[in-house]
Amino acid sequence: MASVRLAGVEKVYPNGHVAARGLDMEIADGEFMVLVGPSGCGKSTALRMIAGLETPTAGRVFIGGRDVTRLPPQDRDIAMVFQSYALYPHMTVRENLAFGLRMRGVARPVIAERVKAVAQALGLEGVLDRKPSQLSGGQRQRVALGRAMVRDPQVFLFDEPLSNLDAKLRVETRAELARLHRRLRATIVYVTHDQEEALTLGGRVAVMRDGLVEQVGPPMEVYRRPASIFVAGFVGSPAMNFLPGEVRDGSWSGPAGLILPLPAGGSGGGRAARATLGVRPHDVAIVAPGAGDGDARVDVIEPRGSELLVHLRLGPEGSGEEVRVIAPPDAPVRVESAVGLRWDRERLHWFDPESGRRLD
Amino acid sequence: MTRGSRWAAVAIGLLVLGSAFPFYWAIVSSFTPEARLFEAPSLLPRTLVLDHYRALFTERNFWVPIRNSLVVAGTTTAFCVVVGGLCAYALARLRFRGKGPLLGLILAVSVFPQISLVSPLYLVLRSVGLINTYPGLILPYLTFAMPLTVWLLVGFFRQLPAELEEAAIVDGASRLRTLREVIVPVALPGLATTAILTFVYSWNEFLFALSFTLGPERQTVPVAIALFRGMYQVPWGQILAAAIVATAPVALLVLAFQRRIVQGLTAGAVKG
Repeated sequence: MASVRLAGVEKVYPNGHVAARGLDMEIADGEFMVLVGPSGCGKSTALRMIAGLETPTAGRVFIGGRDVTRLPPQDRDIAMVFQSYALYPHMTVRENLAFGLRMRGVARPVIAERVKAVAQALGLEGVLDRKPSQLSGGQRQRVALGRAMVRDPQVFLFDEPLSNLDAKLRVETRAELARLHRRLRATIVYVTHDQEEALTLGGRVAVMRDGLVEQVGPPMEVYRRPASIFVAGFVGSPAMNFLPGEVRDGSWSGPAGLILPLPAGGSGGGRAARATLGVRPHDVAIVAPGAGDGDARVDVIEPRGSELLVHLRLGPEGSGEEVRVIAPPDAPVRVESAVGLRWDRERLHWFDPESGRRLD
Repeated sequence: MTRGSRWAAVAIGLLVLGSAFPFYWAIVSSFTPEARLFEAPSLLPRTLVLDHYRALFTERNFWVPIRNSLVVAGTTTAFCVVVGGLCAYALARLRFRGKGPLLGLILAVSVFPQISLVSPLYLVLRSVGLINTYPGLILPYLTFAMPLTVWLLVGFFRQLPAELEEAAIVDGASRLRTLREVIVPVALPGLATTAILTFVYSWNEFLFALSFTLGPERQTVPVAIALFRGMYQVPWGQILAAAIVATAPVALLVLAFQRRIVQGLTAGAVKG
């Protein structure tokens, strides 16, 4: 196992598209790092540059302290699981698993032994002599995983490996991946566009946007203290509410007469004249009218089984900004009725509307 | 059966009949004695004889043109698929400058009117001593068949999922090994189709074969058949028998590869 380091990595495609603009990233030995972001943010390109399938236009890539920037994929000792699995269709499962070892000139008995061990670990013994076309989606996914595992590489690279599975299988495989990581103690770089997948799997999460890393940190830190409006809006479901407002006399005044105190010692917040408030739907409570920080009117109620997602409009007449709130399933709310909202003081986020950066 | 589908069935039936009848007629005629060929034609043959076939392989020594054609068409096809395949793979997958113009140039070569090249090519081949030799036919055929091969295969290689090659490369295979162990097996249907088209083209080519050969020892099948005509008579029975014999290898070839062509070999490679 080895660490991975990107130092000032840039990638500009011949057509002028910039996929990475100065990426710096350190992935420790044995770490599970998830790169997450919307499509086109450069996460796949970053992964492919670690793999050696793309060459950076500037910067360096290190694996285990060795500069591999100019090294072809064959010489990097990495394994990759592709979104489409990319199994060799003309080979049996056994041959698929053995391919990487055969290419590296491993002795036949050793190959047979390793293939058997991996097939056992992944429950593929029964299908070793089948072709990929005769397998179910979940089995194909496991063969792709096994093909990476059998080589015991320095680094595992995953490119959206779960996006072709149905929802139930995806949750199961997610747990399997977490177990696998614990057992192998492997360095894993994992790309996904699914923020939920990123939070559940990642030892650390790197949120990317427009070829840059917006924030790196453990999942709960990214969730609790998003570094920018973008991260705040991208991570968490349902998405965070944002309200425009101004800072005046140590407190923040927003739309519909909403006034909230700024955290004590929030020096950055004191100076900025304008500030955007961010609050997660889970961090606003519905109370009796007049009992909270301000009133609102219920617009739409979406039952989600274990909870209600309530869309509200601020102001007693319900003419102001829309706010989404998660309420317990037995909350006494009716469409068109007036309610009060209490904002959880500990869970409020302020951002500079110009730069989008966090203000404390 | 609805009225529409009944009409469709009739139309398809007529079409099949229309295209199959000449073959049927050729086969029947090739077994009909020369003397009866010009009698009132009958759909069902009344007497069947092997005279024409016997004459073909005894008097005419038709084995020689068949051997010549097999050597020329086979070598051309082998060259085209191997060299053209490598070329097409590079054009389809590798990034390099001037790819577009290169493809255009390759196409331009293949649209050159063949007849305009006969005399200059003859002079060239004569000056290097290749008139009436196998290479003297194979080399000109390559100039026409290769662009066809490259174009067909570029299209085919582009359809293959790139992740398949990337997986092989990450697995530690070199470019050539990836080509041999992953791309070629997966691309087999396309390669087989291309090979058949190239083979048929070279097998049936007439103009160059007529111009660049001198005697029966190097003549190919189409040239040999064309030269069956004597000054006073046309041996129709033998010509048709020769046509049947000439069609057979190609038909067998197609039958042999048919399964490969139809079978979707990429099934199960990627999601789905």
